Amino acid sequence: MFEIVRKQEMAKGTIIRFDISAPKIAKKILPGQFIILRVNETGERIPLTVADKDSFAGIITIIFQVVGKTTALMRSLNTGDIIKDVVGPLGKAAEVEKTGTVVMVGGGTGVAILHHVAKAYHEAGNYVIGIIGAQNKDMLILENEMSNICDELIITTDDGSYGKQGFVTGPLKTYLSERYDIKLVYAIGPIIMMKNVTKLTKEFKIPTIVSLNPVMIDGTGMCGGCRVKVGNETNFACVDGPDFDGHQVDFDELENRNSIYLKDEKDSLLFSIR
Amino acid sequence: MFDQDVKYLKFKTYINAYCPHCHNSFNVEKKEEKSIFFEAKYKKQDVDLKLSPYLDVFEIETSIPFEEGDTLDDLLCPKCNQSILNKEVTCGECGSDVGEVMISALSKLMPFYICTKYGCEWHGLTKADERKLKLKIPRQQMPEQDQKLRVSNYQEVPYGYTSELALLEAGRCLQCKKPKCVEGCPVNIDIPSFIALIADEKFDEAAKKIKERNILPSICGRVCPQEDQCEKQCIVGIKDEPVAIGRLERFVADYERKMDLVKAPVVKVDNGKNIAVVGSGPAGLTVAADMRQLGYGVTIFEALHETGGVLTYGIPEFRLPKSIVQFEINYLQSMGCRIETNHVIGPLLTLDELLENFDSIFIAVGAGLPVFMNIEGESLGNVFSANEYLTRMNLMKAYRFPEYDTPMPSGSKVAVIGGGNVAMDCARTAKRAGAEEVTIIYRRSRHELPARAEEVHHAEEEGIIFKLLNNPVRYIGTDSNKIKAIECIKMELGEPDASGRRRPVPIEGSNFVVECDLAIVAIGNGPNPILFQSSPNLKRNRWGYIEVNEETNETSIPNVYAGGDIVTGSATVILAMGAGRVAANAMHAKLSGTKKKTKKK
Repeated sequence: MFEIVRKQEMAKGTIIRFDISAPKIAKKILPGQFIILRVNETGERIPLTVADKDSFAGIITIIFQVVGKTTALMRSLNTGDIIKDVVGPLGKAAEVEKTGTVVMVGGGTGVAILHHVAKAYHEAGNYVIGIIGAQNKDMLILENEMSNICDELIITTDDGSYGKQGFVTGPLKTYLSERYDIKLVYAIGPIIMMKNVTKLTKEFKIPTIVSLNPVMIDGTGMCGGCRVKVGNETNFACVDGPDFDGHQVDFDELENRNSIYLKDEKDSLLFSIR
Repeated sequence: MFDQDVKYLKFKTYINAYCPHCHNSFNVEKKEEKSIFFEAKYKKQDVDLKLSPYLDVFEIETSIPFEEGDTLDDLLCPKCNQSILNKEVTCGECGSDVGEVMISALSKLMPFYICTKYGCEWHGLTKADERKLKLKIPRQQMPEQDQKLRVSNYQEVPYGYTSELALLEAGRCLQCKKPKCVEGCPVNIDIPSFIALIADEKFDEAAKKIKERNILPSICGRVCPQEDQCEKQCIVGIKDEPVAIGRLERFVADYERKMDLVKAPVVKVDNGKNIAVVGSGPAGLTVAADMRQLGYGVTIFEALHETGGVLTYGIPEFRLPKSIVQFEINYLQSMGCRIETNHVIGPLLTLDELLENFDSIFIAVGAGLPVFMNIEGESLGNVFSANEYLTRMNLMKAYRFPEYDTPMPSGSKVAVIGGGNVAMDCARTAKRAGAEEVTIIYRRSRHELPARAEEVHHAEEEGIIFKLLNNPVRYIGTDSNKIKAIECIKMELGEPDASGRRRPVPIEGSNFVVECDLAIVAIGNGPNPILFQSSPNLKRNRWGYIEVNEETNETSIPNVYAGGDIVTGSATVILAMGAGRVAANAMHAKLSGTKKKTKKK
């Protein structure tokens, strides 16, 4: 029984932030790790990355975009409502070291988890350059939180309604061309974004870590539903990841596997509306 | 050697006795007086003997007066005049010689012995012949859901014995003095005792007798491979079919449950010590129940949102109804076991952290890592590991999509790769999910199929096709990267490998393609790594399973024990329970007599 202690709607209700009471998880969860939740008895298990945590208050913060049945169901919940099952922390924590100058690239709701990781890199004493992008001004999240922890922050929107117009790869290319001290790029966001970022960083030979978001069911390494091709190996994102070497990830396969249930998701939404 | 209680010839039975040599009938009826008539030799004189043909009457009339204790010198057939004494057999009461007649019992001619001592009230069958009578009752068939009906529902296939069938089947048991079946059982259930209680119509007590050794009889009665365990050792099975021990176990467990006769067992007074059980599958549940009854505080940690482990996510509804699993878990909770779901030990709490608050830990996380073949196309859409398929269907109830939110994997031409129980479960589930055609692809032959005989039989009845001595080479996909076919190769059996089974060898150039829009890989499971990431000092063997002391099941970390699939690799429910029992005994032996641990919040 996990209570929603705070709800915040963003991006005209398409992005929701929940602060959930989960003391045991809040105590342990580290940047990069995620949780899996199930809203009710008939609900499906979905993975959600944790954007922030408060160990003392026993709270974890998740930020999600409404894309299907479960996220739509979650949007209809309010402060005080109970989520039936929340399990975590899952996945390997991001390996954060003091390494120098790092670039944190986030797109869409990926910025939520990026924030948690960027915070850790900042606290570890790194010089953090943040590049965050969204479709438009309304869809942009955590701008203030990011500017608090980044030494430099660039914002992009696809339509130019805020910040620089274009994709995150634009400013990233600029940084990579102009600075020679960038030690690491950490990217999380839509698959196409991560694919393009890693293509770019490969040219500049900068080590890149991506955080992957495959479909998951149990999240504990039991089913193989989240398997991703990394180099020659098949890894499970829930126990070997979700962070992987961006230059080795087969993004096309990931994109393909993530689209298997599109029709079912539609059917499920229609069923619940009826 | 002889038994006066001849169970299958009831008292007041009228015997038709015949000469063993000429088959002349000894029965005589004069003016409504019925008797068996012999000629005998007594003290060198000829005597006429008249016996009552009723089994419970020992009256004897002689033409010459006899004295108590006198024995006849000879007993003869009045017609052929041959002696009917059988010198190889003696009276069980007094040791005297016996005469042999043939009687008709349950449509078979059996030898029946009559003591030659005057006054000895004995006659009967030998134990061996009694056995022959018993063997006449065939192994009772299990009433089952019709084959055509059951492929469109998820209800249990075997209905279970009725009490009449159970009584008949229980009567087949020989009550061996040295029961081999008990040795065949991984937890040594006192089988002859519980069967004797069934025969006595004490079904409730029979269930309690089983529960002395096995806390989950309604589950084991359904899923144990009895044909490899108790029933394999059954003496009746040598010349006939073995006693259906598993079905009898299931019968009494279900009876106890349906008649609401299950009582929580007596739990000893709390001794202040606490045990952590990691995993709520069969091994974990056994340790929890055993330790709780001994008075320990028990907390079970389960990673998933529902308990039961493989009993819940692995075994389908039509083989093991989840309501039964839930009933058994409630039974444990009524004993006072604490259960914490959504607790992944390792990430949430490490073993070291658990050891701060618990006196002992039992690791029973199972072998939950799916194994893939690593062939081309394995990441295509609609290629699943058996674990994912079954977890979606059984745990998340995807077969009730969209009532339940988890999407159901669907296909009309389904292929299941593998030959074990898991493969059978996947195939039969896929059939029920509406597949037109379900095929099992297995690289060895029928003889080597590791699945339980009953599951293979049920799968065949349900129309599942078996492609034996075949192996996949690669999966072929559509333009949108969904599976559409499998390229397979034919196999032949070569020399035996390390497991003793003949190694399958591909036949060059025998490749062929089968249509397939849903493939399930059910070739086995490995050890799940999650727990080990935070406990590198937990020693494991080269396959990644936990190494334990064979006698105590203790691991390389003191006070941390392990059992079940995480030690042995994928095995059975009952073996996991046996391992749990060993660990519980060892834990208790070590902990009794040590100081209490102070609890930290």
